[in-house]
Formats: sequence, structure tokens, C-alpha cells
Amino acid sequence: MRTCDIVIIGGGPAGLAAAISAKENGIDDVLILERDKELGGILNQCIHNGFGLHTFKEELTGPEYASRFIAKTEELKIPYKLQTMVLDITADKIVTAMNKEEGLFQIQAKAVILAMGCRERSRGALNIPGYRPAGVYSAGTAQRLVNMEGFLPGREVVILGSGDIGLIMARRMTLEGAKVKVVAELMPYSGGLKRNIVQCLDDFGIPLKLSYTVVDIKGRERVEGITLAQVDGANKPIPGTEEFYSCDTLLLSVGLIPENELSRGMGVEISPITNGPVVNESLETNIEGVFACGNVLHVHDLVDYVSEEAKAAGKNAAAYVKHISKKEGTIIQVVPNDGVRYTVPSTICVVNMSEELIVRFRVGAVYRNAFISVYYDNERVIHRKRLVMAPGEMEEVKLKKEQLEQYPDIQKIMFQIEEK
Amino acid sequence: MRDYEIIIIGAGVSGTAIARELSKYSVKCCVLEKEEDVCCGTSKANSAIIHAGYDASNGSMMARMNVEGNAMMEALAKDLDIPFKRNGSLVLCFREEDMPGLLRLYDNGVANGVPKLQILNKDEVKKIEPNVSDDVYAALYAPTAGIVCPFHLNIALAENACENGVEFKFNTKVEGIQKLEKGFIVKTNQGEFTTDYVINAAGVYADEIHNMVSEKKIHITPRRGEYLLLDKTAGNHVSNTIFTLPTKYGKGVLVTPTIHGNLLVGPTALDIVDKEGTCTSAAGLDEVMTKAGISVKNLPMGQVITSFAGLRAHEENHEFILGEVEDVTGFIDCAGIESPGLSGCPAIGKYIADLMKGKMGLEAKKDFISTRKGILNPAKLSIEERNKLIQEQPAYGNMICRCEMITEGEIIDAVNRPLGAKSLDGVKRRTRAGMGRCQGGFCSPRVMEIIAREQDMNITEVTKSGGESGLIVGVNKENLA
Amino acid sequence: MEQKKLTCICCPLGCQIIVELENGEVISVSGNTCKRGEDYAGKEVIAPTRIVTSTVKVIGGSAPTVSVKTKADISKNKIFDCIRALKEVEVQAPIKIGDIILSNVVDTGVDIVATKGVEVI
Repeated sequence: MRTCDIVIIGGGPAGLAAAISAKENGIDDVLILERDKELGGILNQCIHNGFGLHTFKEELTGPEYASRFIAKTEELKIPYKLQTMVLDITADKIVTAMNKEEGLFQIQAKAVILAMGCRERSRGALNIPGYRPAGVYSAGTAQRLVNMEGFLPGREVVILGSGDIGLIMARRMTLEGAKVKVVAELMPYSGGLKRNIVQCLDDFGIPLKLSYTVVDIKGRERVEGITLAQVDGANKPIPGTEEFYSCDTLLLSVGLIPENELSRGMGVEISPITNGPVVNESLETNIEGVFACGNVLHVHDLVDYVSEEAKAAGKNAAAYVKHISKKEGTIIQVVPNDGVRYTVPSTICVVNMSEELIVRFRVGAVYRNAFISVYYDNERVIHRKRLVMAPGEMEEVKLKKEQLEQYPDIQKIMFQIEEK
Repeated sequence: MRDYEIIIIGAGVSGTAIARELSKYSVKCCVLEKEEDVCCGTSKANSAIIHAGYDASNGSMMARMNVEGNAMMEALAKDLDIPFKRNGSLVLCFREEDMPGLLRLYDNGVANGVPKLQILNKDEVKKIEPNVSDDVYAALYAPTAGIVCPFHLNIALAENACENGVEFKFNTKVEGIQKLEKGFIVKTNQGEFTTDYVINAAGVYADEIHNMVSEKKIHITPRRGEYLLLDKTAGNHVSNTIFTLPTKYGKGVLVTPTIHGNLLVGPTALDIVDKEGTCTSAAGLDEVMTKAGISVKNLPMGQVITSFAGLRAHEENHEFILGEVEDVTGFIDCAGIESPGLSGCPAIGKYIADLMKGKMGLEAKKDFISTRKGILNPAKLSIEERNKLIQEQPAYGNMICRCEMITEGEIIDAVNRPLGAKSLDGVKRRTRAGMGRCQGGFCSPRVMEIIAREQDMNITEVTKSGGESGLIVGVNKENLA
Repeated sequence: MEQKKLTCICCPLGCQIIVELENGEVISVSGNTCKRGEDYAGKEVIAPTRIVTSTVKVIGGSAPTVSVKTKADISKNKIFDCIRALKEVEVQAPIKIGDIILSNVVDTGVDIVATKGVEVI
């Protein structure tokens, strides 16, 4: 059987950054397996700008951001296979993949980096009642058609979900000649960036209706109209608040789900909150030598942080392959508490952590003038004020090894949001 | 000279089962279907189960067709290369006072000729099905009940009939039937066809077709049933099909694995007027979720991947109407085919074909091809076989639907085979591409490309399900002044 | 005196800012929380600009279209003129990232550039 030091599943932003990092940390035998016909992943269809401010200090479009990493991958001569679908990974890291040229093949990997990204939630997952006509698209499907194929999937559009993809598609469809009638959002706040609300909706006079959802889809063959209704505190539609919009298209931007079928298949433990693997300080899953990064681990809002996280995963996988022996040490649980939905990582072993470890998390509601607090057991060691926090914006806290070393006996690190 | 000897109206599972049985004989037969494909009405949206046959009243056609159809299904599935599994069914009851009802069902089943029926006590039920409700008191166990893919069954019947010479006309809606001295003129939106005999297998429209020629009117009520389909990750939650015994408090919904490994719950039952009213409702979906929870515990309702509604063709007497219409010689009804219609279809096909044989003195063909090869499923091949296939046909190495793992090779086959897929839904029903957890979010544009390429048409002409269900309305900027 | 209301885009706070103008000059900015908001509001009411992204048709390439952008911000009220100017544009593959697709789009002094490469087939 073919062998490989590090096999990376996915050639999107996470996979590319992980591969580059692994190579730069001394591993030559790296292989990227990508299912699409080009590297770059979903960035290829995200032709809007706003990527890379953090990484490159300039504003790039999705394809431009991807091209920087693709160029580096080529420069480092990192091998990759395109249009190659990974069918299965075993717990002992045998990767079974398939493509047109080689058929089915297997690779015994020393380490695996999971970087498969995520998929969109579909209409079915929301139980939206009504007919099932043509014209109901996930925002990403529409994005692909418009941005990569040059086709308009509809002329009169209602969008459900005000996450960034929904907002971006409102602008894209408008610019290409469609009429976007309204964007409805189930929550009382938008999950998208303020900038996107202003520049994708306000600029074009597209109304945003908060606390609204779709209660009916009309049209047997093609969408003919959508009924929206206001929802109560329990997200249940309020009778009498229905509004009908005639349209031929419903775009859904209702959430992303990490794509972990392969991970589950190999026995990786999955968090019910993030739908991504449970990882330690090295972004390593419960299976030794299997790492995860990017949207397969937890859904990010900025690609810059995907790249940063993937870089760490690549470095850690390289260290694993080079047998830089992991030290034994106490495993500290990282516990999300009041207001914090989850943390990545879930455990920390201080002896194995880098000098500075980024813990990423999301809050469960909108907070203004609240504090991010971190407790080492019962002692509050971090208390940082934030003007605003929202579920749509990932938060991070840097933990210092030096500081943690002064608490040799702690059992848990707790993250919570406090009003004061 | 007539255009045809027999015209069958409707390419659902009944019409195509009849067509396939008739294709064993030398007879000029044509199936007219108003939709663009087979399996577009009741046949495509139902519980996908093959009932054992204890439910229908003893002595009814329903009971007979059900029990006979169930017995025939295994050999038929083998001949047609479609998946079928006898997974067994359980009818649960929750209280001691419901036992007489359960026993009545048992007795009726025995009288109907259903083999191997058993009454199980709570412990026995929990042993074979640990996830049923802890409140279960007893159950009627029918090991011969099964699950099938209704699309594959319907499509396979049609393909085999087609291969044996039956003609199919799609997008052909019957608008009137004129009785001649002998035979009929069938008037459609695609012109007129003359025929000696008409077989009415028009599902929820069977009353309209029947009433075009007969003075003895029938009435079919579309009875809507809503369903929820769960991800394959939930497919092992139960292994038998779980029913609840209808009581004075109402009728439950079933919870069943599907032949493809998903979990299906439903249906509701609501009589409506609109024969195209296949929309789901918030109330209906809520009802399904609530009722499913009564029979099976810890259902992972967060794993729902889609919901749908189907219409049963409910006839007032709740009985299959099979046979020549009293006042119209040569006009044969196959009407009121609601549950257990899918289970009964092999027997219905044979029953009607036998009837026609007797009437017309049909002769068996010597060259009837009884088997049909389904679309190759590469996942069932060994690595060596699969590699050989990919080497010969590289399209089998190109994965298109990630969720259901469907390759380009399978989709090309689905489009190009006889009565092939013309639309996204056609491909979906034949290959399962787009039927998985992302519901076509990823693969739809790619499948559209393949359909367009193989059918040599522009991608903008590709539809979801024929008619006005176009997917792309134009190109970027074209309507910017 | 004229008043303009806008939502600040600098951070998730989304301050509702009120800008007072006289003869086209900003007199006061209120409602903002920080200096960034003040700067943003001043520019946004006087001369709002945007980067515009779209696609143009490709001939003979490995992809049917290529993504493009305005190389710098253009005036917000020229967005649709800019898109219209791209309507009839067709480019021959190969295309390199950064290639100028259309110079000085609608007299803004800004070029339209490719944001992705397309190979010849």
C-alpha cells in the first residue's frame, strides 16, 4: 500500500494552510486530496471582497485569497490530487479515495488532517411547509450558479436567513439583474456582519425583517410566492402576521453544518454543539494523529481564522510525524459556561501547548458591555470587557503557557460571559 | 386498424405493473402519462412498505392483492434487480383493553392467509425492537412485511415493459374518451389515439377518467399524507416497520427504516379536494412528529433531511376497483388503489393481465425478457471490479453526489437508458443523487450539466421535474437595461 | 442644515450615527462610540464608495466566466453603471489574476481586473 506522512482531506483554505504549514515544519511527504476540479474550495465562488484583512492586511476577493495559498502550495511543490473523493478513512489511518485516473486506491497515512469544510443546511432540515417546486435553492448553490457559471437562478427573490452568505447573495443577485424583495431572519438579530447589512441590503433598499420566517411555499412546478410570518419568543409563527411575497425564487441561508461523515466513520468523537470533532490543544481528535481544522472543526465567520487554525494543525501534525514525543501531563477540561456555547479546544495539556494558545468560542446571545471571564478552577484570571458580542461573531482568548504553568494543579478552565 | 389494442392511462406503479404483465403477451399496448416521467403521483410519495396483509378486510380485493403481491415481491425484485427486504412489521398496542383489537387483526390476517403472524408480549417486543416506547403492552408481529424503493419498483416495471415492446407517451394528458361501437378514441393534449381497450390506472384521477365514459360514477378523494425523512445516521433506530393499533383515540403514524437506510415517519391522513395538493403543512408535520414519538422513543428529529406529502387515491368504499366497468365494454378500471396498492401491485398487474388474456385471447410471447438490469451500483463491487470499471468508463470514478456517493457514470446511465431521466428529479429517483442529507445543494448544478450534455440541450432548459419547473431563468446581467 | 442617519459598519456594535451637514460639509457626528465611527460616517455621507465585484464571460477558457472587481473603490452611485459596462464584455482565455479586463470603467479612473485565472482549453 502507498504510504504518506500526512494526508490532508480537502484542498480549501483549511487544507491548503495546513499543508503549507506541515511542509514548512519539515514534512515533505504531504498529500492534499481535493474533490473539486481545482484547489481553493468554496472561496472560488465567493467572488466578493472582504477576505484577508487579518492575514494580508489588504482586502481580497475569495479567489484572490485562495490564489495566495495555492501559489504557495505550488511553490513548495506540495502534491495534490484533484477530483479525488475520499470514500473512507479507517481508525488506523488508511485512506480510501477514488478518481477517474487511478480508480480506487488506498494510502496508509501516518497523520491525517481533516479539512473537509461544511455544507449548507437544507430546506428539509427546517421543515418549511408548502410545495416542493423548482426555485428553492441554498444560497451557496445559487452562488455557484451565478458566480461560476454565469446563470441566474431566479428573477424575483426572497431570502431566508441573514447570515453573510444570504446577505452577499442579495447583493449579487441584485447586481446581476434580479429583484430581491426581502430578507427574512428568524432571530431578532442578524447573524451577518454590519458591513454586509449596510452594503448588501441598505445600499439597494432591500428590507430586512427580523423575527420572521417562511411559513408557506406556493407553486407546484416553480416557486410562485412565499408567505412570511413573524415569530414569537419561541420562534413559533404568530397567526395573523402572514405576508405574501410573489417571487420565483427562495434562497436559503440558514446555517452551515461541518461535514463530518468521514470523521464519524473512522470513530472521531463529534461535539453535539459544533457538529465538529472534539479536539485537544493540538487540534488533535480522540484518534491519535488525526487533526482537524477549519469549518469541519467548527464553522468560522472569517477565513483568516481558518487559515490561522489550519496553520496550527499543520504544525502539530508535523510534530506528531516527527515523533516529537508528546509529554504526559494533566489534561485540563475547557468548560463553556454561562453565555458561552462551546470552546475549541475542549481539553488542554499544558506541557504540549504552544507558548500561546488561541481558544475560540461563540456566545449564545447578543451581549453589550459584558465581560469575557476565564476561570482557572475557581480563580478568575481573565476579565475582559467587550462592547458587543454576538452569536454570529467568533470570539477568541489567548492563553499563555507561562501563566498556566503557575497553576500546576488545576482541573478545569471555565469560560463564561459576565455582566460585570 | 386501431393505433393500439390496449391503452393504459397512468404510469404509476399500477399502470406499469399491468403494462409489464401484458408485455408477456403479443399485444400492442401503450401507456399514456400526463407527467414527464413514470412514478410522479401517488407512487412516488408513500410509506414505501410492502404490507404483510393482515389489515384489509377478509374477502376484499385489497386483502387478496396485498397477500398475493407480498408473496410475489421477492421474485419480482430479483427479476427487476431492485432492492427489497423483509424487515418485518409490528403493530403496537399500549393497553390491555386494546388486546381484543390486536387479536382481531391477528385473526383477520390469518384468514387472509398471512403467514407467520405472532402476538408478542412487551418483553418480546422490546427484545427485537429496543427503541419502541416503554409503554408498549403487546404487538402483532408480521415477519413477512417488507420495505422497497417505490421509485425503483415503478421505474423497473416500466423499463422492463418498455424493453418488451410496450410504448410510453409522456406529457400526454387524457382530456376525453369517446366510446365507439367497438373500442375507443382517447383524446389527449398530444392528439387522438384509437384503441380496443382502455385500462384506467390514473390514481387520484381515476374517477375523472372513469366518469368520462361510465354513467355509474365513482368518486376518488385525494387523501393527503405528510411524511418526514431522516438522515441515514438515524436509519438504525428501528429495524421493523412500527405501526400502532388504531384506537378510539385515533390512528398513529408509522416509523420505518427505508430500503436505502434512512428512517421514515408518517403519514397523516387528511381528505382534500385538490388532486395536486401535495404540499406539506406545519400542522401536519407537527402531528407526524408528535405521533411518531408515541410509538418510538428518542427519535432524533434533529436529523430530518426532508419532508413531503403524497395523495392516496381513496375510493369511498375503501376497496380496489379492478375489472371491466359494468356499462362500458372494453373499459377496465384499476381504481381506488390506495394502501396497500404498492404491496399489491404485482398481483394487480397479474390480475388485470389475466383478465385481458381471457377477454382478448392473448398469446404468450416466446421472446419475453423477464429480467431487467438496474443501474450499476459501484459501491457493491470489489475494489478490483470497481477499478476495472473506472478504467473502462472513467465517469464511474467521478463522484457527483457526495452524500449518497453517486458517480457520474450512474447518472449518465440513468439519463441514457430506455425511458431515461429527463430532469433532476428523474435522476434523483433513479440514482438517489440529490436525495441525501444536503438535498442536492452540492450536486444539483453538476447533475444539470450532465443532463444537458447527455441530452444535447442547453443547461437553461433542464428542469426539476418537467413542465414549468425550470431551474435557471437566464444569464447574468441580461435584463439590466 | 441637513441630517443624515446611517449604520456604522466598523464593528458588530452597528452604532446608529447621525451626521449633520451644512453646504455639503460635516458639522457634527453623533451616536458613534469610537473615532473609527466618526471617520466612517464623515466619508460615507460625503462621498460613499464601494468595491464592485462581478463576473464577465470567457471565450475558450476552462471556465465559462471569470470573476472581476474594480481595482479600487468607485463612487457608490456608479455601481450599476459599472455592472452595465460589463454586460457585453467577453474576454479570451487565458486570463491571469490581476489582468485588466476593462480600463477606466465608466470614467471612474478605475480599472476592472480579473480576480481569478482561467486557462485555455
